[in-house]
Amino acid sequence: MDEEYDVIVLGTGLTECILSGLLSVEGKKVLHMDRNEYYGGEGASLNITQLYQKFKPGQEIPEKLKGHDREFNVDLIPKFAMASGEFVKILIYTDVTRYTEFKQIAGSYFYYKGDIAKVPVTEKEVVLTSLIGMAEKLRLKSFFEFIQNYDENKPETHQGLDLNTVTMKAVYEKFELEPATMEFLGHALALQLDNSYLDRPAMETYNKIMLYMLSMSKYGKSPYLYPLYGLDELPQGFARLSAIYGGTYMLNKKVDEIVYENGKVIGVKSGDEIAKCKKVICDSSYAKDKVNKVGQVVRAIVIMEHPIANTDNADSVQVIIPQNQVNRKNDIYIASVSSNHNVCPKGFYVAIVSTIVETSEPEKELEPGMKLLGEIVDKFVYVSDIYAPANDGTSDNLFISKSNDATSHFETVCDDVKDLYKRVVGKELTMEGKVVRGDEN
Amino acid sequence: MSFSGRNDAAASNMKPIQVKLVLLGESAVGKSSIVLRFVNNEYQDNKEPTIGAAFLTQRCKLDDRIIKFEIWDTAGQERFHSLAPMYYRNAQAAVIVYDITKPASLEKAKTWVKELQRQANPNIVIALVGNKIDLANNRAVPYEEAEAYANENELLFFEASAKTGTNIIEVFTELAKKIPYEQILANNKNLNSRPGQNENGRVNLVDQDNNNQENGQCNC
Repeated sequence: MDEEYDVIVLGTGLTECILSGLLSVEGKKVLHMDRNEYYGGEGASLNITQLYQKFKPGQEIPEKLKGHDREFNVDLIPKFAMASGEFVKILIYTDVTRYTEFKQIAGSYFYYKGDIAKVPVTEKEVVLTSLIGMAEKLRLKSFFEFIQNYDENKPETHQGLDLNTVTMKAVYEKFELEPATMEFLGHALALQLDNSYLDRPAMETYNKIMLYMLSMSKYGKSPYLYPLYGLDELPQGFARLSAIYGGTYMLNKKVDEIVYENGKVIGVKSGDEIAKCKKVICDSSYAKDKVNKVGQVVRAIVIMEHPIANTDNADSVQVIIPQNQVNRKNDIYIASVSSNHNVCPKGFYVAIVSTIVETSEPEKELEPGMKLLGEIVDKFVYVSDIYAPANDGTSDNLFISKSNDATSHFETVCDDVKDLYKRVVGKELTMEGKVVRGDEN
Repeated sequence: MSFSGRNDAAASNMKPIQVKLVLLGESAVGKSSIVLRFVNNEYQDNKEPTIGAAFLTQRCKLDDRIIKFEIWDTAGQERFHSLAPMYYRNAQAAVIVYDITKPASLEKAKTWVKELQRQANPNIVIALVGNKIDLANNRAVPYEEAEAYANENELLFFEASAKTGTNIIEVFTELAKKIPYEQILANNKNLNSRPGQNENGRVNLVDQDNNNQENGQCNC
C-alpha cells in the first residue's frame, strides 16, 4: 500500500462503492479500505451468528435458527430500489446488473384507521378502494389526470398552478382533496417522511409522485425492487466493478489516521504504512471530528415465521404508517422480505420496522409497527445516529458521505453520489450509454 | 464433448445451460492466462492483470447439451483477502491454480479449497491445476504430492501449461462432465413454477439477450 493513489476510499458502504467503481472506470487509481472484514459497512447483510454477535453477544441462538448461517442474509438497513429511479439507472449504466438478480417487492401497503390497505395507484385500484368515498374518488381522478398531463413547458397543462412556486398544500386545496387522500398521496406515494412538504413548492412532491407511478408501471406489483441474497450484494457488485478496472481492495484493514499537510489531505495511515493520495472519500465513521449529528433512527430487525397479516400472504411488502395515524411527526416504515429473496431459510420472513426518533424511549415508538407483525421469533432493536458532513471537502480534499437516512429507497444515496462525484471530480456525473468496457467477449 | 462448428444445427437450437465458474489461486500463477488460452486460444507473456472484463464466456458441447461457462476472474480482490461473498455465490465449478515451480502456491491453493468448502455451494465441482509445466526443469512441487492431495479432497487434478496449451481444454472438459446438470435444471424449473408468481417475480433490468449473442463457436 506504500504507493500513491488518486483517491483513497474508506468504508465499503453503497455510496463509497459506487463512487469507487465510477472513479476506477474513469482511470483513476483507487485504493479502497474497510476496517471490517466484510463489505457493506453500516448497510451490510449478516448471517445469524454475526447478527447475535453484534446485537446480543453471549446470548444463545434459538434452536430453530441454528445451523442455517449460509441461508441468512439479514440487512441492517432497510431499503428498496425504485424501479424507475436513479439507482436503477446507475446499475444499468455500470452494468452491475450482471452480478445481481432483482425481484419485485410484492406489495405496497399503508396503514389507515387501524387497518392496512393496498396503496391504490391504477385507475382500477382507485375505483375499488374502500379508503375513500365516491365523490372523493372523482376528485382524486382529476388530480391524477392533472399530475399525468402536467408539462412544465406547456402552461395550458398547469390549470393555473405553477408547481415551482405554489405549495403542495395549495395544489391539494385546488382539487379539494380530503385529509385522508392527502395523507396517502404525500406519505404512501410521494414517500414524504413528515408533513413539512406541504409548505414547500409542489414540484418536489410532484416529482416524487411521478417516480412512484412510473416505477409502479414498470413491473406491476409494486414500485420496488430487491436484490436476491440481500442488499449487501449491491456494494459488492460496485466493488467488483472498481476492482475490474484496477481498484485495490483491502478489507479488515485498520485505518489509524487521515494524514494532512497544510490543511489538505495527503494520505491515510494504517499501522506503520502511509498510503499517499490526493483525495479521500469516506463515510462519517472514519472522520468523526468532521461531521455533525443531525438525528437518530430506531430500527427493529425482526425474524418471523409468517407473512404480515392482511397483505394477501405477500412474500415481501412495504407498509407505511403515516405519522398522523399514530400521533407522531414522522412515519413508521415496515419493510419485509423472505426466503423467496434468498435472505432466510424457507418458512421464515425478515421485517425491519423503523422510524426517526422523537422521544427518549425509541423502542416504544416502533410499537404500532410491531403490533402489525404478530408473533415473532426474535428481534434486534438498535438506534443509530445520522451524521452530515460539516463541510463539503473542497478546501481539505476530504469528502464525507451522508449517513444512511430513514428513507425507504436509494434515491437519496444517488443524490449524495452525484453530489460527491461533482465535488471530487469537478464535473457532473453523466450516465449516457454504458461505461467503457475492456476486452470482454 | 466435441468441437462444434456453427453448422451444428441441432446444437445451435439448444438453450445453453449456464455454468458459473470461478478462478482462484495466488497472484501470478497464471489464472488469467489459463482462461485466455481456453477462451481465445491465445497466450501473452507478461500479461497485465485483466482490466474491464466482468467475466469471460465460452461454450462447450457435451453429449446433447450446450454448456456456457461464465468464467469469473478475481479481479485482484483476493490479493488482500477481500473477495466478496458474491464471487462464490452460485458457482457450480471452480478452477484452483498453483504454480509447479512454487511450493507456497500449492499451500495457498489448499486454503482456497478450504474456503470453498466453507463458503460455496456444497455441490461445486473443483479442479486443482498445476500450471507452468513448460517450466518442468524448475519443478518444485512433485506431481504425486499434489495428486494425492487432490484425491484425498475429491478434486479433479491436472498439470497444465497455459503457455503451450497442454491440458487446458481437458481441465474444462472434465469439469463440464462432472457438473450435476439435472440439479441445475431442476432448480431453475422450481424457481419458475411457483404458483401465482410470474417467473417468481424476477425482473430483467436490461434486455440482456443482446449480450448473449456472442459467437456460437465452442472451444471444447
